[in-house]
Amino acid sequence: MNAGHNLGSVEQIPFGEGRAFGVAGEQVAVFRLRDGSLRALSAVCPHKGGPIADGTIDQDLVLCPLHQNAFRLDTGCSTTGAEPLISYDVQIDNHQNIILRTAAR
Amino acid sequence: MTSVADNTQLKTQLKTQRRPQPGPPGPPNPLGTGKLRPKHQLSQAKPAARRRLVVIGNGMAGARAVEEILARGGAEQFTITMFGDEPYGNYNRIMLSHVLSGEESDADIFLNSLHWYQDNNITLHAGVRVERIDRFTKYVFANNGHVVPYDVLIIATGSQSFMPPMDGLYTPSGSIKPGVFTFRTIDDTRSMVQHAQHDHHHRAVVIGGGLLGLEAARGLQSHGIDVDVVHSGGHLMNAQMGPDGGAILRRSVEALGIRVHTGSRTTAVLGTDKVTGVRLRDRPDIGCDMVVVAAGIRPNVDVAVLSGLHVERAIVVDDQLRVVDEDDIYAVGECVQHRGEVYGLVAPLWEQAVVLANHVTGADSTAAYLGSRIATKLKVAGVEVASMGLQGPERETDEHIVFSEPSRGVFKSIVIRDNKMVGATLLGDSRKVAYLTQAFDKGLPLPEERISLLFDLGAPAEEQGVAELDDDAQVCNCNGVSKRSLVDTVKGGCNTVAGAMDATRAGKGCGSCKLLVKQVVEWAAGGAVEEDPAASYYVPGIPLDKASLMAAIRKQGLRSVSSVFAALAPGSVEDAKSKMGLASLMKMMLADQYIDERDARFINDRVHANIQRDGTFSVVPQMKGGVTSVQQLRRIADVAEKHNIPLIKLTGGQRIDLLGVPKEDLPQVWADLDMPSGYAYGKSFRTVKTCVGKDFCRYGTGDSTKLGIEIESRFQGIEAPAKLKLAVSGCPRNCAESLVKDVGVVAVEGGRWELYVGGAAGAHIRKGDLLATVDDPEQVKVLTGRFMQYYRENANWLERTYAFVPRVGIDHIRAVVVDDAEGIAAGLDAAMQASVDSYVDPWTERDDPLTPGQFRTSLPLTVLPQVPVR
Repeated sequence: MNAGHNLGSVEQIPFGEGRAFGVAGEQVAVFRLRDGSLRALSAVCPHKGGPIADGTIDQDLVLCPLHQNAFRLDTGCSTTGAEPLISYDVQIDNHQNIILRTAAR
Repeated sequence: MTSVADNTQLKTQLKTQRRPQPGPPGPPNPLGTGKLRPKHQLSQAKPAARRRLVVIGNGMAGARAVEEILARGGAEQFTITMFGDEPYGNYNRIMLSHVLSGEESDADIFLNSLHWYQDNNITLHAGVRVERIDRFTKYVFANNGHVVPYDVLIIATGSQSFMPPMDGLYTPSGSIKPGVFTFRTIDDTRSMVQHAQHDHHHRAVVIGGGLLGLEAARGLQSHGIDVDVVHSGGHLMNAQMGPDGGAILRRSVEALGIRVHTGSRTTAVLGTDKVTGVRLRDRPDIGCDMVVVAAGIRPNVDVAVLSGLHVERAIVVDDQLRVVDEDDIYAVGECVQHRGEVYGLVAPLWEQAVVLANHVTGADSTAAYLGSRIATKLKVAGVEVASMGLQGPERETDEHIVFSEPSRGVFKSIVIRDNKMVGATLLGDSRKVAYLTQAFDKGLPLPEERISLLFDLGAPAEEQGVAELDDDAQVCNCNGVSKRSLVDTVKGGCNTVAGAMDATRAGKGCGSCKLLVKQVVEWAAGGAVEEDPAASYYVPGIPLDKASLMAAIRKQGLRSVSSVFAALAPGSVEDAKSKMGLASLMKMMLADQYIDERDARFINDRVHANIQRDGTFSVVPQMKGGVTSVQQLRRIADVAEKHNIPLIKLTGGQRIDLLGVPKEDLPQVWADLDMPSGYAYGKSFRTVKTCVGKDFCRYGTGDSTKLGIEIESRFQGIEAPAKLKLAVSGCPRNCAESLVKDVGVVAVEGGRWELYVGGAAGAHIRKGDLLATVDDPEQVKVLTGRFMQYYRENANWLERTYAFVPRVGIDHIRAVVVDDAEGIAAGLDAAMQASVDSYVDPWTERDDPLTPGQFRTSLPLTVLPQVPVR
């Protein structure tokens, strides 16, 4: 497993929202749940290319803002029949930085 | 070699092997003994080797047969390979007429996505045609060079459009002349739409006045095309009805603006390199830009004929759908001839697929298909048509009961022989169809008073209709769901209409049976129909209706969306689908006491702009009443130029829309505009459209422009359960379209103003109901605000006024809003005033973003789907 990419401070992401990052040529949407934990998925909706980081989330799902397709935040699998998103391993290190591994899980 | 395979089969599968394989080996494998053989034998060596099932045809019949096989454990028995001529997954061909008319997008009609094939381990060769079957060595040969072995083969090649002989159909090179179309596939439909939308194309001739031809004609009309239908038969839909019914159908079709020429053959398509018209046998030429050929279908039997199978009008099969004299080859659908019949409708195909699946999997090896009695129920070009059996009497002793009402387009005809119904045609009124279909299917004894076959005489018709339906009667003709299976589902504890539909797939095809499905479920639940409990919730994640939810929020003093989830959601679980509705409701209830959590907002409300398909946003500056100035226009022009705005568009609400603004540019665009938000993005008060009013218009009787601006100034941006679009017109000519607005105001002579509510002219069309007529513009503003507040407090989430007003009733709304019958008028006015007072222009957030990265792009590398720039 690689050491992961440091995307900078977790404070870039407000609670309950997502922000998009370009990481090693991949577009990744990182979400900060209201409980403080992070999830990371590929940033482009497989349905019509919607920006996933702009979606509304809860503890389990993100809704794509264009056509409300829903995806599980942990696995990237869709609950509305769309193709899945890629799910990434993401953590917060001791310095409150976002560490993302791009080798897809 | 096959006997080895047989010994390894499961016992149930052995049942399907009716007799030993032919003794002598077939001709040598045309590939030589090549690579495939060892692999073949290797797979047989394993004890649980699966048989290889190959399906030629990926249309509704082929895919349905495979679904039925999978439903009987077929995945354990077979490795499945499918060949489809079209380069797609499987779609609902019946719905192509909806795609043509634009009611559905082509994406909506797919039944099985490519994913489905992967999930079920089906190898799909899409866009590949099988050209030959070697039934001795058991291989199929595809046009791309693939050679695939099979143990069991299913042929489901369907039909193609019949091209009647006529001159000029083809170009000298042999291809179909540009502008001539068939109507059979999704590609046909797409190219028709494309051609019809071309600026210079105005007229079409449809050849064929059957079901498909009429659907094509109606669909083309929705693209603004003027249509003639040329039909060689003596009357329309002559396969389904007699001349009297055909004459009434013709009236209904002509009333839609479609010209009909019956008893007329097309002899030539005119035009050298593109279509310019058609020539008829005994009538003047008709000029046109496109020709649609819908003159019937012919089974696709080429591969069967070439491969030496028994083919007459179609591929001949026995009662197990096996091709005659072939043990391992089945055929299903429109390419099949069974007991002399060839079917061109979907219902027989479902019945065939079930028998085939039962037999091939061994689930029920006694299953037999005995033919289908054809009862069709359709909606053709907006006209309800049902037909079954005979079109008219054939013997002197046959009874014929006819009712004809041409002015309403209603025609009913029933043929009775020996007190049994042997035929019926119903046009324009299908209320008795369920009962008649059953009488026809089962040969039920008929009431002595024949007229009760045609009409429900003074009875609560619907419940009786459902109660008297036989258990085996098919309720959903697309998915073959019987009354019994619906009733069993309800008895099994599924007490909601939506739940029963999900569980049985009833109503999930063309959707025309939804009402009947609902009636059956309600009847089966014995009146104790459970509303889908979630249907009454204001938002899906909190099990409370709107009134209870508001009461709970007030009682517990909740002020944020997260506190509502914590206090009221089961398990305190937050729900993404509920957030936006709750945020809107609480802002409405609490005004400036609301604790605004940005994550509860939809993206549009986070960045105060409307997200577009490519992830950019649209910016609409405020332009009250649609009135602008030189300064505003100059500034908008400067901003558009500076930011290279890709599209500048006037909206339906009389505003200027700047489209294609990247999220990160929004604050700068607003700063450069230095105008307030025009609110073109929220579930909120949007715009007041006005006409020029009495200052300029020579007909104007009231100052509509001034009043419109005042209304917009007062109510700008207030949240609502759904968007609110308003208008003020200065006279009854209604140039601002006030009669089809959520709130519409019309000035009438004598200084009076009419107030209409609940109008719509978008996805739904509804003329607003007159709420009140008042003589003071101030009173207009008071009643507008009071009505909107009543709507805000009582409408369901996303329920527009056109649904809310008829649900609650205009009389009740008038009593509350105008006459203050409930004594809440002052409270409504005060609540609205609080919302008005707490208004802040959201575009001021440009200088001081509320959250980190509020306007940061969410498309970091490239913007993917590019919107074309005109």
